[in-house]
Amino acid sequence: MTHPSDTGPAPVLALKDISKSFGAVRALRDVSLELFPGEVHALAGENGAGKSTLIKTLAGVHRPDAGQVLLDGEPVVFHGPGDARDAGIAVIYQEPTLFPDLSIAENIFMGRQPRRALRRIDHRATRDATTALMRRLGVSLDPDRPARGLSIADQQIVEIAKALSFDARVLIMDEPTAALTHSEVARLFGVVRALRDQGAAVLFISHRLEEIFEICRRVTTLRDGAWIASEPLAGMTEDDLVRRMVGRDLAELYPKQDVTPGEVALSVRRLTREGVFTDVSFDVRRGEIVGLAGLVGAGRTEVARAVFGIDRRDAGEVVVDGRKLTNGAPSTAMAAGLALVPEDRRAQGLVMDMSIERNIGLTGLGTTVRAGLMDRGAERSRSLDWAVKLQVKYARIADTVNTLSGGNQQKVVLAKWLATRPKVLIVDEPTRGIDVGTKTEVHRLLSWLAADGVAVLMISSDLPEILGMADRVLVMHEGRLTAEIPRTDATEETVMAAATGRTAA
Amino acid sequence: MTVTAPDQAPVAEVPKAGATRLVDRVFRMRELAILVVFLVMIAVTQAGNSAFLSEQGVKDLLLNATILVLVATGQTLVVITRNVDLSVGSTLGISAFAAGLHLQNGGNPAVAVTLAVLLGIGFGLLNGLLVSLGQVPALVVTLGTLYIIRGIDSIWVGSRQITAADLPGGFVDFGSGGLSAVPYLALIALAVLVATAYYLKHFGGGRELYALGSNPEAARLAGIPVRKRILAAYTVCGALAGLAGAMYLARFGNVDSGTGSGYELTVVSAVVVGGVAFTGGSGSVYGAALGALLLTSVNSVLPALGVSSVWVLAINGVLLVLAIAVDRIVALRVASALKKRNARHA
Repeated sequence: MTHPSDTGPAPVLALKDISKSFGAVRALRDVSLELFPGEVHALAGENGAGKSTLIKTLAGVHRPDAGQVLLDGEPVVFHGPGDARDAGIAVIYQEPTLFPDLSIAENIFMGRQPRRALRRIDHRATRDATTALMRRLGVSLDPDRPARGLSIADQQIVEIAKALSFDARVLIMDEPTAALTHSEVARLFGVVRALRDQGAAVLFISHRLEEIFEICRRVTTLRDGAWIASEPLAGMTEDDLVRRMVGRDLAELYPKQDVTPGEVALSVRRLTREGVFTDVSFDVRRGEIVGLAGLVGAGRTEVARAVFGIDRRDAGEVVVDGRKLTNGAPSTAMAAGLALVPEDRRAQGLVMDMSIERNIGLTGLGTTVRAGLMDRGAERSRSLDWAVKLQVKYARIADTVNTLSGGNQQKVVLAKWLATRPKVLIVDEPTRGIDVGTKTEVHRLLSWLAADGVAVLMISSDLPEILGMADRVLVMHEGRLTAEIPRTDATEETVMAAATGRTAA
Repeated sequence: MTVTAPDQAPVAEVPKAGATRLVDRVFRMRELAILVVFLVMIAVTQAGNSAFLSEQGVKDLLLNATILVLVATGQTLVVITRNVDLSVGSTLGISAFAAGLHLQNGGNPAVAVTLAVLLGIGFGLLNGLLVSLGQVPALVVTLGTLYIIRGIDSIWVGSRQITAADLPGGFVDFGSGGLSAVPYLALIALAVLVATAYYLKHFGGGRELYALGSNPEAARLAGIPVRKRILAAYTVCGALAGLAGAMYLARFGNVDSGTGSGYELTVVSAVVVGGVAFTGGSGSVYGAALGALLLTSVNSVLPALGVSSVWVLAINGVLLVLAIAVDRIVALRVASALKKRNARHA
């Protein structure tokens, strides 16, 4: 482990042997971290590894149970977020923390507005300072407009302007890119590099490993609340980093079993929805995992929705296990043995305030009934059965799903649909936003289902996932199926060529 | 009430420092709308009954609104923080009786008013502590204190009653006197109103009330002393309810254990009609004061037009629903205007 302090300046901000517990849960154990001026430092770890707790400790939201926070080498105690801010620490949280009813200028200077005589707020100075900040960041946002309705990217610009406004020496960014497009990420990174060059210390958190390698110089890895390593990224590979994070080898990430496909379970013929996708035909056989690849907006999710009957199709037909499906009727699709695990699990897959038990039970409302009333016992045993099978990590089955981590929520959605014992399973982005460890478990589950005779159609924007899991890869480009590639021929190049329309089908 | 204000939603301008002030404009449009409705109502009434706007008529109009304006101003501070104080009616009642009892025993009017305000501050602090420390919804907490304070009032007052005959003449005269058509009490309420509005706009503590109503979690992260601010809002709200109690005594001279009962709903109506959002973070005390003026004027307008006063409640209800509908429409229009702006930036 190299130590830049031998050559460079002293750390601006450091954590030394920090521990923090919430009740019986030890969120951080003896974690140390050093942030140097002029450097972007990555914080890596799976969901639940303690990254958020660490950030909140730096931000003065949590006070550590043991250990020290050092500012310029001196121990400090932050009694609240205000103290950390006064020390020059700015935090950009994953969830925007703006005041929607107030103007951008007020958002930036809330709590530290320029004052006139008698401590009155100097509105003009506030506005002028905001205009200057916006110019410095190279964006044209009206200081007087309310923050309500700003895009996520612009909200982050406002947060960064806030950090600039008090000359933050430390900028902490918690998954700032999760909701951004490519060009917005590029703009954000431009701003981050400029801040770094001006001498700011940046702590950067992202699930996207390639971003960590693009912008960071060193990385600190956490696992289960414990410090694993702090090291330069130069010379490391993504596999090395993942191994640090999950503590085992990457080879297990795609545990695909070889199967011999059976008869056709899902047959889609000339499916068309005007203006969305055209003439889409494919089969999925029992025991097969078929990957559906393509760029965002190619129409993959829309095809899945039309197959399941959520959206009506304008032409074509869908046959499940020999039964033709009625147009626009998800209930007949379910009855025929089709299950769809949607892309956005929070909005479409789960009732966040309801218990795990009841969420899984939702798909069984027709079967767990006795004498016209819900049979709670049957519902519970059915839910427990699947929660255990999928190794959902929870304290009690009656806990609400919003208490679970993202990966475990995804398992609950899967359990909910697997409990219907589907013949055909469509999964849309099954591992988006979940950590590497849970990702592997989801992959193992899909593989096990296929081996058990289920036909799986997997939509994914994660190319390695498609290549690692699919027996066949279908590629869509601008609403059309442009390629069907067998596993042996599928490479990043062949799939991307078809996804960007560079080859004819 | 719908006027055409939203049509002028500022879509067209290019962002230019200091020129657009979108936030302010939306608020101002909202207040203007109430003012227009109020003026139209007064004009129609005057046309139907030329005696309506006599000196005494105007004075009555202002006197009727005064107490409500005062309590609504305090309530606005609380509602801006995404809370509510339902106990203001009870606080008003018990403060009025306390002040009256002091005067009945030959006390000094200034001390009586101070007593009423202090009592209000006490109950305001109680509410503020319960809401900010207890992490319990304000609606429930202050419903509880509404009954508690009313209960204490009933036990203490019993069947006693204070009448104008028990009060010093100067006190009662002050309550109904004024500078020509403008009552002294209205001047006091106006002074409180202007001071509060100025504080809300030009002082950090005032802006922080908006901030924490707009996004409580963000306010905490921005280092705003959330509990302290909420406590302060409730305390001022209680103090103004107490002051309103003293004014009630001066104006009506008649207080018993039922005084101010049910008043909280009128106050909340005035605030909402005045465009203060129940979801916190937006609205102004001027709006709330206009709302109070509008609602109390309905009481005077109907008899002047020869309409039975049984219609008052129904009309107040309609105004309330209309106000909420307008707010919703304006919010949607503003949201789409802001989206268009984003699109242009992209």
